[in-house]
Amino acid sequence: MSTADSTITIADPFRLGHRGPNLARGHGGGGPATKRVVVGYGFWLFLLTDIIIFACLFASYAVLAQATAGGPTAKQIFDTDRVAWETACLLASSFCCGLATIAVAKRDQFLTQLALLATGLTGLAFILLESSEFAALNAQGYGPSRSAFLTGFFTLVGCHGVHVTAGLLWLGTMMAQFYAKGFRPDIGRRFLCFSMFWHFLDVVWVAIFSLVYLVGTRL
Amino acid sequence: MTAHAHGDDLEHEEDDRGGASDEHMAHLGTYALGLVLATGLTIASFWVAKTHLIYDPGVPMALATLAVAQMGIHLVFFLHLTTAPDNTNNILALAFGLLIVGLVIFGSVWIMDHLNHNMMPMQQIMQMQR
Repeated sequence: MSTADSTITIADPFRLGHRGPNLARGHGGGGPATKRVVVGYGFWLFLLTDIIIFACLFASYAVLAQATAGGPTAKQIFDTDRVAWETACLLASSFCCGLATIAVAKRDQFLTQLALLATGLTGLAFILLESSEFAALNAQGYGPSRSAFLTGFFTLVGCHGVHVTAGLLWLGTMMAQFYAKGFRPDIGRRFLCFSMFWHFLDVVWVAIFSLVYLVGTRL
Repeated sequence: MTAHAHGDDLEHEEDDRGGASDEHMAHLGTYALGLVLATGLTIASFWVAKTHLIYDPGVPMALATLAVAQMGIHLVFFLHLTTAPDNTNNILALAFGLLIVGLVIFGSVWIMDHLNHNMMPMQQIMQMQR
């Protein structure tokens, strides 16, 4: 611990913005950040760019929401009960992903696979509910080409659905990697990225169900 | 955070893993609390959308507020965004991302709204083309 004391005295007391030496990792005095923190930060930046894509789709939907071209309005086609079930599925999925994070930290193979399976099944239920909604709209002739409103709607909600589908494939590979390769640090970092991705999709869904579906039923 | 020579321990860096089991229980509590709060806010959102107790033009703003609150819950309890020192970069990146998101959404809606206001009604355009 003598080296620790010397680190404290060496740290620059006149550094701006910090009271005393900052010995957290990644902050000069504490040495470089861990690979896990760096990987998490890089993936966080990716998620933020992804959220900007969603912001563009939200903006185009908001602009086009009234342009129904004589077709159905939001109020006529949105089914709040189905949206409630979709929301419940995705929230449960996000929670199960959190349980999987704890199981991975405990290095418990059975609990990890079980939690990931629950994550995947609830996510799959969400996708099935959403595709049944899209199929029903298409069957009524209310496809994406019917009006600008429906184009914006299908693009925004469909883009989220594609993300969830890709996430399900990623989830499958994570289960296989934990099973075949065990709890190696690099697999753990991949799973960190997956769990961030999965929770992020739930955040986007909160915006979709509130601002597209629920607001749509009241305008 | 204890200070020790960090250069040589990059191999076993999984500092938040394999800890004591009461730490895992604390994580479980965090996720459970997040789930309860998110469920509560979701139920509130659906109630606000259905009820007629709230002044009608205020409903979209109420829903937006509930959505922002729930996204905050998700960020803190599920994505573990904190004010810890190793999270300051993430917070700054999030702030910049939110700036861009705000510019894109409010800018688009603002501009397109004004364009719609200034546009000649469709019937007049048809008249002029005759």
